[in-house]
Amino acid sequence: MSAALPDAHLARSVRKLGAVAVFFYRLLAQCVPALARPRLVVSQIYNAGARSLVIIMLSGLFVGMVLALQGFDLLQRFGSEDALGTATALALLKELSPVITALLFAGRAGTSLTSEIGLMRATDQLTAMEMMAVDPMRYVAAPRFLGGVIAMPLLATVFSIIGLFGGQLVGVQLMGVDRGSFWSQMQNAVGLKDVMEGVVKSAVFGIACSLIAVYEGYHAEPTAAGVGLATTRTVVASSVLILLLDYVLTACFI
Amino acid sequence: MTGPDNPGPAADASRAEVLIDVRGVSYSIDGRIVFDGLDLTVRRGRITGIMGPSGTGKTTLLRLMTAQIPPDRGQLRVWGRDLATLTAAEVFAMRKRMGMLFQNGALLTDLDVFENVAFPLREHTDLPEPLLRTLVLTKLQAVGLRGAADLAPAELSGGMARRVALARAIVMDPELLIYDEPFVGLDPISRGMIVRLIRQMNEALGITSVVVSHDVPELAMIAHDSYLLSGGRVVAAGTPQELRDSSLAVVRQFMEGSAEGPVPFHYPAPDYLQALLSVEDP
Repeated sequence: MSAALPDAHLARSVRKLGAVAVFFYRLLAQCVPALARPRLVVSQIYNAGARSLVIIMLSGLFVGMVLALQGFDLLQRFGSEDALGTATALALLKELSPVITALLFAGRAGTSLTSEIGLMRATDQLTAMEMMAVDPMRYVAAPRFLGGVIAMPLLATVFSIIGLFGGQLVGVQLMGVDRGSFWSQMQNAVGLKDVMEGVVKSAVFGIACSLIAVYEGYHAEPTAAGVGLATTRTVVASSVLILLLDYVLTACFI
Repeated sequence: MTGPDNPGPAADASRAEVLIDVRGVSYSIDGRIVFDGLDLTVRRGRITGIMGPSGTGKTTLLRLMTAQIPPDRGQLRVWGRDLATLTAAEVFAMRKRMGMLFQNGALLTDLDVFENVAFPLREHTDLPEPLLRTLVLTKLQAVGLRGAADLAPAELSGGMARRVALARAIVMDPELLIYDEPFVGLDPISRGMIVRLIRQMNEALGITSVVVSHDVPELAMIAHDSYLLSGGRVVAAGTPQELRDSSLAVVRQFMEGSAEGPVPFHYPAPDYLQALLSVEDP
């Protein structure tokens, strides 16, 4: 009995992984036809991206400011305050921008995607499309997935820029680090590989978060409680997967 | 009037071409039997009413007929094609010839009324915008909602949403229209209008209609053939008048709306008195 339970749990998990993989394959197959209707994709980029801008910019500003404060406190112990720009930029570009943007994206846009698609399922909208010989994977799932995948790296870029501005605000304006040292050291130390690490991470997180959000919405039980549970699963699964993938990708880049 | 072993319209199927043929269909959900050897025929150019108490699986039958779900056993043929043998593309091609009115309308919430009705046309045709607009406005005029073209689905009442859904269902001029409880929750004016529309589309355009409902008077006004489902089978079949004149207890109970009869009103439960006496004092 005690051995059967983990076995059943394992079997369920493997089945779900398989279902997600099949769903991902079907989704990818519908992405090209969905791109033929750019209006749908653009409207989803607006929904997932533009509507998340305020929260991303605010978070980026405060994260950059905190980084500069902590960085200054640490670096001045070694008399290396001039390296504050480099430290802030590397931490933001390589790690904090993609990770925090993805976590915020999962909470803001991911939940919205899941609940929207789940409610479409609960109100028979997806069935109605199937009855009108329109594949909801092409009309509903693929544009939303593409919207999330495209929006995520853009949001991470905005996060980085605003974060750097916040870091400069605290480091230079408040703590008195030399402006020239702050920017020139950053320019010298930060390479294309560092920028690419952030870009690749945000792209991978974008695919992971959007896939989970769309999958959970598409397979939500068509009840109020079912949609609620699916939304919760989106946040939990996305958050864990982001941190796991972050470790794997960081290890790959080092 | 015919009994369960001889579903009348099916037996007379040779008189008109069969459009939907359900033979020996069984279906169960989580071990609960919904249909057990169901036989039923829908003939081309006629209005077929499917009646039955709530929970008898009327909507499930529509889902089976439209290949949304496969039966456990038995065969469903639509336009002569066995649904079990169709590929996904063939199912979609078949559905382009159908229109379906959902119980709750199922309008797409991110589109306004006009775009909801235009949706099938935009997806399946390359009509020029002026022609598409004319077609959509014609259908909206038919359901009395041309003036609501710019409204969002959230701004519509339940009855209006159903009428928009009907306009959407007929915009592609389907050969077969399937209505899932079209009269539920409608005011008398809308109800009368839907009844007239179903009849007009059948008489003027020859559209075959399947109407699932438990509104006996409305169905009696329009249906050529009727089936009464209960306990997972067809318990009676014939014209609405034949069903009304039936002496079968289950038919009488349904037509007269009586709580007493072979169809239990109460969900199975332990003895009522025992249940009350077993309640402990607070």
